[in-house]
Amino acid sequence: MDFQVVVLAGGTSKNLTPLVSKEVPKPLLPVANRPVLYYVLHQLEQSNLKDLIVVVEGKDAALLVGGWISGTFVDRLHVEIAAVPEDIGSAGAIRAISHHLTAKDILVVSGDLVSDVPPGAVAANHRRHDAVVTAMLCSVPISGPSESGSSGGKDKTKKPGRYNIIGLDPGKQFLLHIATGAEIEKDTRLQKRILRAVGEMEIRSDLMDAHMYAFKRSVLQEVLDQKDTLQSLKQDVLPYLVRSQLKSEALLNRIPQAEENGNEKVSSGNNQVMVSQILANASTPSFHDLCSVSHDGSAPIRKTHKCCAYIASSSSYCVRLNSIQAFMDINRDVTGEADHLLSNTISDQNNIVGPSTKLGTKTTVGPHCMLGEGSEMGDKCQVKRSVIGRHCRIGSHVKVVNSVVMNYVTIGDGCIIQGSVICSNVQLQERVVLKDCQVGAGFVVTAGSEYKGESLARKEK
Amino acid sequence: MGAQKKGATARVSEDPEELARHPLQAILLADSFTTKFRPITLERPKVLLPLVNIPMIDYTLAWLESAGVEEVFVFCCAHSKQVIDYLESSDWPSQPNFLVTTIESHNSISAGDALRLIYERHVIHGDFVLISGDTVSNMSLTQALQEHKERRKKDANAIMTMVVKQSKPSPITQQSRLGTDELFMAINPDTKQLLCYEDKAEYSKGFISLDKTLIADNPSIVLHNDKQDCYIDICSEEVLSLFTDNFDYQHLRRHFVKGLLVDDIMGYKIFTHEIHSSYAARIDNFRSYDTISKDIIQRWTYPFVPDILCGNSAIKVERQGTYRASEVTLSRSAQIGPFTVIGQGTKIGNDTKIFHSVIGEGCTIGSNVTIEGSYIWNNVTIEDGCELRHAIVCDGVIMKSGAVLEPGVVFSFKVVVGQQFVVPAYSMVSLLQQPTQQDSDEELEYADSSSGNVELPSAKLNGDITSDLSETRHGPTSELGTGGVGYIWSIFEGGHDEEWRHSVAPITTDKLAKIMLDKDEDEELLTQDGNVLSPSGELKSDSDGNDSEDDDNEGSRDDYVSFEKEVEATFLRAVHENVKVDHAILEVNALRLSYNMASVDCAGAIFYSMMKLAVESPHSSSSELHRNAADVITTWQKLLKSFLHDIDEEIEVILKFEEICLESAKEFSPLFAQILHLLYDKDILEEDAILRWADEKEGADESDKVFVQHAEKFLQWLREAEEEED
Repeated sequence: MDFQVVVLAGGTSKNLTPLVSKEVPKPLLPVANRPVLYYVLHQLEQSNLKDLIVVVEGKDAALLVGGWISGTFVDRLHVEIAAVPEDIGSAGAIRAISHHLTAKDILVVSGDLVSDVPPGAVAANHRRHDAVVTAMLCSVPISGPSESGSSGGKDKTKKPGRYNIIGLDPGKQFLLHIATGAEIEKDTRLQKRILRAVGEMEIRSDLMDAHMYAFKRSVLQEVLDQKDTLQSLKQDVLPYLVRSQLKSEALLNRIPQAEENGNEKVSSGNNQVMVSQILANASTPSFHDLCSVSHDGSAPIRKTHKCCAYIASSSSYCVRLNSIQAFMDINRDVTGEADHLLSNTISDQNNIVGPSTKLGTKTTVGPHCMLGEGSEMGDKCQVKRSVIGRHCRIGSHVKVVNSVVMNYVTIGDGCIIQGSVICSNVQLQERVVLKDCQVGAGFVVTAGSEYKGESLARKEK
Repeated sequence: MGAQKKGATARVSEDPEELARHPLQAILLADSFTTKFRPITLERPKVLLPLVNIPMIDYTLAWLESAGVEEVFVFCCAHSKQVIDYLESSDWPSQPNFLVTTIESHNSISAGDALRLIYERHVIHGDFVLISGDTVSNMSLTQALQEHKERRKKDANAIMTMVVKQSKPSPITQQSRLGTDELFMAINPDTKQLLCYEDKAEYSKGFISLDKTLIADNPSIVLHNDKQDCYIDICSEEVLSLFTDNFDYQHLRRHFVKGLLVDDIMGYKIFTHEIHSSYAARIDNFRSYDTISKDIIQRWTYPFVPDILCGNSAIKVERQGTYRASEVTLSRSAQIGPFTVIGQGTKIGNDTKIFHSVIGEGCTIGSNVTIEGSYIWNNVTIEDGCELRHAIVCDGVIMKSGAVLEPGVVFSFKVVVGQQFVVPAYSMVSLLQQPTQQDSDEELEYADSSSGNVELPSAKLNGDITSDLSETRHGPTSELGTGGVGYIWSIFEGGHDEEWRHSVAPITTDKLAKIMLDKDEDEELLTQDGNVLSPSGELKSDSDGNDSEDDDNEGSRDDYVSFEKEVEATFLRAVHENVKVDHAILEVNALRLSYNMASVDCAGAIFYSMMKLAVESPHSSSSELHRNAADVITTWQKLLKSFLHDIDEEIEVILKFEEICLESAKEFSPLFAQILHLLYDKDILEEDAILRWADEKEGADESDKVFVQHAEKFLQWLREAEEEED
């Protein structure tokens, strides 16, 4: 397939502090003991989309990510790593690597998407409709929006709204309206022009833009070139394209349309023909064609472009890791109900409990848990619905519930950990009680301390 | 009228107990409370106008009967006597199991009034069908009624079910094939609840807005632009009492439906029922008259088609949808084209061509006449060589030889057209003069239509009456050629659009091309708006937001302008009528509250009025102007002072003064410093304010600082005085 894939992997996202750090940028954040980026790359590989550009914010992060990819996917994917400055926005990132883009269509995927929706299906849908943009929409995850997460409120403004208001045609093929971000809180304003053309529009608020887009490269590049105020694909570029779909402007006209939209070539000279077309419009295949046809003749030929939607089936799994809450949810789901994301991986350690783990006597590990290889647990420990990374040393009488423990963590005897995230190299001394906390990498929690709903990290950050 | 006998089968059999208590009732409004069928409706009520030679109300009643309605209340208002007489003389009273009762009113001006009156009569018990007497349908009510009742059982607030039908408006004219305006409806696809109803859409507005709470409450909403409102409503009893509670509800849709949708306190809900294969449409204007007539001829409304409805008068259907009554005298050389109806006793001469038209009873049509797409009612005389295209010709019209009707002409009763006369397109011609007072609100025109309810003396048929009719501006003779009788109504302002939109004549291709061009331009404008994109980021304000902000600003600017005008008027009145200062203050304060302005705005506006007064009082030199200003300021300083509470307001006055000097009254510019000094002397402006103003202007453009420089001396003096004090 003549598709180039751009994976926007991100960098050290502020939403996820203290989980991410210079050593562990967001793409490498472990989800069920695998970097989150793995899930996207794996899906792309499954769909035979192997020509990738991974865009990472920040040079150091790019090196780390590049190192990991070349170690894991060597010979399996053709990956280029591109480093872009931080806070450049997703549109800015595409602009920065624009000269690398050569294929006819570009698939842009967010690196934090954990999903079992095949990217190939989105790409195929895009090709079939000859669309300018195809957006993948999925049902809103049940765990609720990220705002409910423990870090909610603090940096709400920074977060893009995760709910969208989406307008679809009756066939659910075309994207007619999309509202993101702050627009969702306001009354929805719909263009009558589009509504008139399509006749019936379904407004859905239970769908979410999953940040997987297929773009026509020429259009994407022109839009980005000419509208330099556009910063975000999700909030600016996609709404812009959707809004202007029935009135493509000069910038889209320069694209050689002949090869792209054969049925637009209705040449008609006089009004009579034009009117008869209008009157006989009933069975035109799509309202886009209809709209472009009805402008033929008298006015200069107007172009329309199609914005399509690929709606993932409601049973598929699709969540973006863009908040701590989402991180917890994904870890829980991937080891739990969405474990097919793990089981069909080719790589080694699929087992819920790694091979070289040592469990003490009377230690129980409940279902939907994961223990990485080389971890050791003492006696009479309890692990429920949690993920524990590699080479952790866990003492006796430790309880870990609904939590994520990353690699090389030392947990002293008698600790109780609930609903928390413990990053790599953390040391928890004896009888620490943590509830709904995040502990940043390398942090040392002194013996006997109790924390609730706090974010602990080393000062240097 | 051969009414349908199959009513029993279609009867609702859902809940026998409930049915036993309440036979299904219907309210039929035999008055549309609009003026769209003028001038015809000045002489005959709309429901009695023949639709394919049968009065409209018969279609409605026949349908109601077949749909299982047992009791119909016919509400008559305009020309109520004619309606009642007609119903009495018809077959309806003798139908078994179908009771037609008339309710007469002389002072109702809207559907709302009608329903309030019916409520007072206490005749409706249980669910009823609300319909107007100009509706043609063949749908079965069974399913809609059942849905309605089931919903009612679950939710007592589901008080109305509206029947809708697929009908996509033309992409160009944005009107449906019935000639009605495009309609936007938001419907919940699962419950079929109606969430938003927007008709009479302003064409300029490119957006439709959905309330955010709607979206929050309904995960999925389908917005329709392709549905037609059939104006058949199944209502619960509460609907009547709601009209009584809300005495300002007039229009069924514009007030009642929208009122219910907006009101979330009572929580009443309206649902829709979509019909797919059956027919339902309302005759709203001449275009829908034309469309529905054609539908009837093409038998979409079966069984309500001429040959079945007119049972014994034996109209036969012939090839190509031609209907011919039994006693038609037809010349051998006459051509009767497809989809044409010819009524009883009509005579048609040699070489006459008739296509796609309806000819009533007892008409006399001469030779070499061409009739295309026209509706000719009863007893019309068309002499040789006439041409009619897309016209409506009422009873008793006489067209003298060679007369031509261009598309869209409507002839009311007994009009006479002179020989060879060409009636221009879209003319409305009546024996009655156009009511001079065109009320802008069509709802409130009942008074007009009743005053127009003049029984024409039969003598008017003869041309001699013209003399006494022609006392006014132009004699009708001149308007319709030699021997013509009737007035051509002028199209009143704003009606030009309706003229072609609602006419029987199809829209011409030129017109279509023109609309398309206009639309393109509109879209270009919209496109430009749409391009305004703001970058995303912390303070993301999307382009829509910007638009609305602009709107707001514009609105407030407009508000301010009108506020300023009001203040000025108040001030001038105070000056001329020697109103006490205290009273003037009160009045300005009242204005401030009603326009929701700050006292800063008041100060600005009052000062502006004062200066304007000074400029407008006679003066020959700038010193006189200065004196004028000084007088005004001295007299009204108290008024001004009462709005100068703090320094910001005083600065506002100075800024306003600058503006006046620059824009409205340049005469003041040389006097700027003097008047500023005067204001200071009168303690209207404090020195702090003046100095602050000067400071603020420090960083401004050179052009902005003109007046600061003017006042430099004065400012200097002020500064020195301040230092001395220190």
